[in-house]
Amino acid sequence: MKRRDFLGLLGASGVLAVSPTVAMGMGPTRDSDRFRRLLILVELKGGNDGLNTVIPYADDNYYALRPQLGIRADGLFKLDDRVGLNKAMLPLMPFWESGNLAVVQGLGYPQPNLSHFRSIEIWDTASRSNQYVDAGWISRALLASPVPQSFTADALVAGSSDLGPLAGGARAVTLGASGDFERQARLATLANRPGGGALAHVLRVEADVSHAAQSLGGAVALKTEFPNHEFGRTCRTACETLARSNGVAVVRLTIGSFDTHQNQAGRHTALLTQLSEGLSSLKSALVELGRWDDSLILSYSEFGRRPRENQSGGTDHGTVAPHFVLGGKVRGGLYGQTPSLARLDETDNLPWQIDFRQLYATVLERWWQLPSQDLLGGKFQSLNIV
Amino acid sequence: MTTIFLHRAYSRVSRLLPLLLLVPLLASATGMGTADAFHLLGRTGFTPNPDEIGLYAALPREAAVDRILAGVGTRAVTPYPESVIDEAGSQQVRLSEAQRRDFVADQRFRTYDLRAWWLSEMLQTPSPLTERMTLFWHNHFVSSEQKVRLVSLMRDQNQLFRENALGNFAKLLHAASKDPAMVIYLDAASNRKERPNENFAREVMELFTLGEGHYSEQDIKEAARAFTGWSVERRDGRFVYRRALHDDGEKTIFGKTGRFDGDDVLDLLLARRETSEFLVAKLWREFVSPQIDRGEVERIAKILRDEHYEMKPALQALFLSKAFWDADNRAALVKSPVELVVGSLRALQITVPDPSPFIRTLRVLGQDLFAPPNVKGWPGNDVWINASTLLERKQFLDRLARAEEFGSAAPRQAPRAIDRPPGPPSAPAAEAASQRSAFVIERTEALRQRAVVALRDIRLEPKSWSESLARSGLDMQSALLATAPVVPVAMGTQPSLRTVLLDAAYEVK
Repeated sequence: MKRRDFLGLLGASGVLAVSPTVAMGMGPTRDSDRFRRLLILVELKGGNDGLNTVIPYADDNYYALRPQLGIRADGLFKLDDRVGLNKAMLPLMPFWESGNLAVVQGLGYPQPNLSHFRSIEIWDTASRSNQYVDAGWISRALLASPVPQSFTADALVAGSSDLGPLAGGARAVTLGASGDFERQARLATLANRPGGGALAHVLRVEADVSHAAQSLGGAVALKTEFPNHEFGRTCRTACETLARSNGVAVVRLTIGSFDTHQNQAGRHTALLTQLSEGLSSLKSALVELGRWDDSLILSYSEFGRRPRENQSGGTDHGTVAPHFVLGGKVRGGLYGQTPSLARLDETDNLPWQIDFRQLYATVLERWWQLPSQDLLGGKFQSLNIV
Repeated sequence: MTTIFLHRAYSRVSRLLPLLLLVPLLASATGMGTADAFHLLGRTGFTPNPDEIGLYAALPREAAVDRILAGVGTRAVTPYPESVIDEAGSQQVRLSEAQRRDFVADQRFRTYDLRAWWLSEMLQTPSPLTERMTLFWHNHFVSSEQKVRLVSLMRDQNQLFRENALGNFAKLLHAASKDPAMVIYLDAASNRKERPNENFAREVMELFTLGEGHYSEQDIKEAARAFTGWSVERRDGRFVYRRALHDDGEKTIFGKTGRFDGDDVLDLLLARRETSEFLVAKLWREFVSPQIDRGEVERIAKILRDEHYEMKPALQALFLSKAFWDADNRAALVKSPVELVVGSLRALQITVPDPSPFIRTLRVLGQDLFAPPNVKGWPGNDVWINASTLLERKQFLDRLARAEEFGSAAPRQAPRAIDRPPGPPSAPAAEAASQRSAFVIERTEALRQRAVVALRDIRLEPKSWSESLARSGLDMQSALLATAPVVPVAMGTQPSLRTVLLDAAYEVK
């Protein structure tokens, strides 16, 4: 088997030239209807410790591997007779009880890479461990099936200026603290010049930025109260802009850093609290905007952390982790098997159970009614989550 | 385009400086003129300042190219800062977990100094082409400090690229393959007899020499065996050949059989025509156009082979090719972040005693020196510009034009040398503080202080720049833009510097 091949997707940066009529997706779904269905990606930067998020409390190996960091039964909410949710995630329990929270266990990929940089690149580009792809998986999906031009942008990005899966072509608008984008966007000019090449590309991006800034309506006062911390502000910025927009297909949020090599306990609890409070406010805002039923929220991270705690009260880079899927149309519950800590690989890590590309296939096929096989470079079974 | 620029230039000169008119006019009898000079200097180096444009405008194209090639150096003019010379960096054997963390952090801070040093060199160098080629090799023979983690190795690799910037590719290929940073980056050290690691063997074929599709998986397997035994002495960071780990058996590569070692494989690769064509195509995209002209690439590749991989004759042919000067290929490339930042500072003759504030700018724009995104390097051209980086580029230019960034308010945060590698984990300063050692806190504060001073000392001097524009008989647009501005200027008015810098035409070269 070829270890690597370059998909030559550099050209994807020319995406914006493709007119919406060129690419019809499969099935009868019109693009404007398709992308009424919003995808919200939440990246947990730095590698979230899955084992202290969704805790295999019934497994003695867990407490043996984590004498200090292991979360005891009184520190969690039992989801079934094997796993429980970290108590810091209390704000997510209403989602669980109403059946709108899916917990997908054991997400990962073969031949895991333990570098932050490389592993998040693999997740962002939906590539194999040994394959290098330039454009993000969302950018590639939107190249094949463009978002209607009338939309404000393909995506809103808040919390970080990294484009992640939106790199390499998507019309992504990066939001700073409220108002920043519009102030900055004034620096872009709307002008035409016949011809192609580099200048045409620059002008296209300038036009996207101007278009996005101009299509934003006046400020909308949301009733939802957002928590007063960094992730809360990230959620607020995104929701306020979403409320003013003329449609976007994707919202990308980031929270971090989860890279808890030392003194993990307090810090991880704080991050999980922020994450859950933020997600809860996100739901409330989406309900207020009448969008909860057509929103799909997905968390992801470059990897999980090593089952065995380290000498500094922290955990090192690992492989698999559970992630969350939330939304009005989500079938809640536990997906995949609870990881078996008795069986670790040669790097003392957990083997993967569900390939992360199955999650992407779920988004593409079930949420947007788009084919996934070519895009993901293989057939990945979607999950019966939506 | 040329005539328009010249016309503007002359009208301005005749209005303002009738006496100086003689110089460019006389020169233009044989010289290539300011538009060609701007193009040549910008493409082979960084955006030139008006004095450089004036100087080269007086030369014919051939003489100008010769002059640029003759000016190429092999050593930096900027001395290393002490933190980069200091060898305290070599790995000690037994470190506690806390010491190890501080060691890694220390290397990160030193790498920050190394970045500032390279930026200084790019700003100061009398031979911009030397630095452009050093950067080209950095992006060809990719290694990243994110994995290598020893500043001395990144420093030495950078110097290797400079020393061979326009030297001999065959020699550079051998040297770069044994470069300790490269050996670490591509896991060569874990490539052992009986347990070969194919990483290096694959990259050397796919990315350094042949390009994809010109080798088989079997070639890679066999070549990996030949490279076994190449390693790095962890104690002093030097390349070492470990005979005991080398697979001495027969290998068959490209149909040839022998007891090849690593150097033999590199020679086999150099003997193949595809290597010269792959390299020239890459140079074409760097210097001429994103569209490859097959015939021209083959012609120049033959020169490269005939000259036994000496770079200068090939680059001379490239810079004198018809396509290099073709009107269709002007303004055909997107400026890289390094070109945007360094080019702007050079073109406007801004005094920058310490360029460290621009390290963060480059990172935000997507080109963190010594940390390319992956083994393929930065993809370049159109990929540099998306909605997010476009606005960051504009913001940098806006501040430059307003000189707002400089000497005004102190930065609110320290430049993030350590807690914010490009992409992954970053922690809000306050939250992360609890996890930082006293050493890291102290160094971070020192960086903040340094940025305050650095920003204060950056000087934009509009008056002397205008004078140098006038000396060379240029107006602002012809001194800064590779093509007519996208936003038209009203008849009889002069656009502001800010208008010119923010024009989309300023993003391309």
